[in-house]
Amino acid sequence: MTVTEHLDREWQRFTPLKRLSRFAFYLFAVAALVISVRTIDVIPEFLYDAPEQMADLFRRMWPLDPNYIKPTITSLIETLHIATVGTVIAIVLAVPVGLLAARNVTPSLPLNLFAKFVFVTSRSINSLVWALLFVAVFGPGPLAGTIAIAFRSIGFTGKLFAEALEEANQGSIEALTAAGASKFSILLLGYWPQVRPAFWSIALFRWDINIRESAVLGLVGAGGIGVALETALNLLYWDQVAVVLLAIFVVVILAEIIVTQVRAKVL
Amino acid sequence: MQASEIAPGVGSAEDSRALVLRGLTKEYRKGSPVLRGIDLVLPGSGLTAIIGPSGTGKSTLIRCINRLVQPTSGEILFRGQDLAKLSGRALRNARRRIGMVFQEYNLVERLTVMENLLCGRLGYVPAWRAWLRKFPPGDIARAFDLLDAVGLPDFATRRADALSGGQRQRVGIARAIMQEPEIILADEPTSSLDPKTSVEIMEILSKFASERGIPVIVNIHNVELARRFASRVVGMSGGKVVYDGPPQELTEAHLKQIYGGENWME
Repeated sequence: MTVTEHLDREWQRFTPLKRLSRFAFYLFAVAALVISVRTIDVIPEFLYDAPEQMADLFRRMWPLDPNYIKPTITSLIETLHIATVGTVIAIVLAVPVGLLAARNVTPSLPLNLFAKFVFVTSRSINSLVWALLFVAVFGPGPLAGTIAIAFRSIGFTGKLFAEALEEANQGSIEALTAAGASKFSILLLGYWPQVRPAFWSIALFRWDINIRESAVLGLVGAGGIGVALETALNLLYWDQVAVVLLAIFVVVILAEIIVTQVRAKVL
Repeated sequence: MQASEIAPGVGSAEDSRALVLRGLTKEYRKGSPVLRGIDLVLPGSGLTAIIGPSGTGKSTLIRCINRLVQPTSGEILFRGQDLAKLSGRALRNARRRIGMVFQEYNLVERLTVMENLLCGRLGYVPAWRAWLRKFPPGDIARAFDLLDAVGLPDFATRRADALSGGQRQRVGIARAIMQEPEIILADEPTSSLDPKTSVEIMEILSKFASERGIPVIVNIHNVELARRFASRVVGMSGGKVVYDGPPQELTEAHLKQIYGGENWME
């Protein structure tokens, strides 16, 4: 067998049609970028003195206002409460809806669709919009913020929980069914041990997100550190704004560290 | 003893512990049956091997008996009940009397060996007690005895996903026996195991069949293992029973009929 025998057999990674469609995609992406940049109306004057403005802002922020540290910490703790209680409520509500959404646990298409509808509703409305709604219902304060966080989180946690249920090994479930176990027993001893790591991981992840989300809820009057930020911003007390931003930064980093550590333990 | 009654075919129909299939048919898609009206009497003791090529409906047959698969038509008569007609609580109560052993073991991987054995009691123990792991002390004592019997005396607290295939299958068998079953179904219990472990698993199954008088029905690919351990062999081909008799009478002509062709036998 010689090499020349194989020369007529050519291998190509892409067919001509595939190459054409890939080229078209790149062309489209570049065109989209150009059009977007033209649409956002960059005002050159503002762009040119942006560095100067930033420097000015930082000058006004420093030194931090030490008197504002205490009220910041108080509202920071409120933010943590909003995030934590909101996450707990979300999980309590998301578990039953997640069970309805998982096709292997609930073999009923209407119920699956209903659960998915709940998730989409929860996810498609931003937490600030949820907060506006609940401020109108409960009045301003942390209660509105907590419920807003809870409603916003149901979709995320429920959807991921349902996906974890659907990925559970069906063999074990079949074995428990064959042993005559009831549906409830199968949930508790067949599904739960399998989805437990995913469950805790989802809960912690959402808690982490909620700490960040609840930090801004105060902007619409739903309690927490956002209220302190809003007040300082409105009064143009940049040294106080800096205190709040620093506090949020520190808490987000701490939450990140805690979540990473605990997740490594549960998985 | 029962053994004398294990004459193949109609003779054992009088045996009140026998499992009788009448006209059992299963179609996953309409018009293409996997099981074509199976009539079979499976004796109330001993080990029965069902052999046949892949895709011939052995697994479907065995899963119809405990209704993991819903038969399209036919009767499954066992201890005075037609299992094909049961549903809800009656079906669960019937299932807990039928132990099952799976090819892929189907343990709950993240639970310990002891917890997996106790899962065999889920048909008897309420969900909340199982959740709190408050099983009756008798169940736990029996689980320890069974672990000794299958050769895993020190494995109670090991997690199932830390075990080898052979160890998992021993746990799978022990879980089935925990049900105090009146019959055991084993669906290709040795197909994922090496030859030596396969023999050990078959020895355990046939030991339970003879010592505890629990009839065992085994789907098996390996004809030699079937011949060695079974007191009775059922050969299936194309969704029908084509051989039903003692292993000694299973000839090459029968195997040719079951598996088709002959080159593979050399």
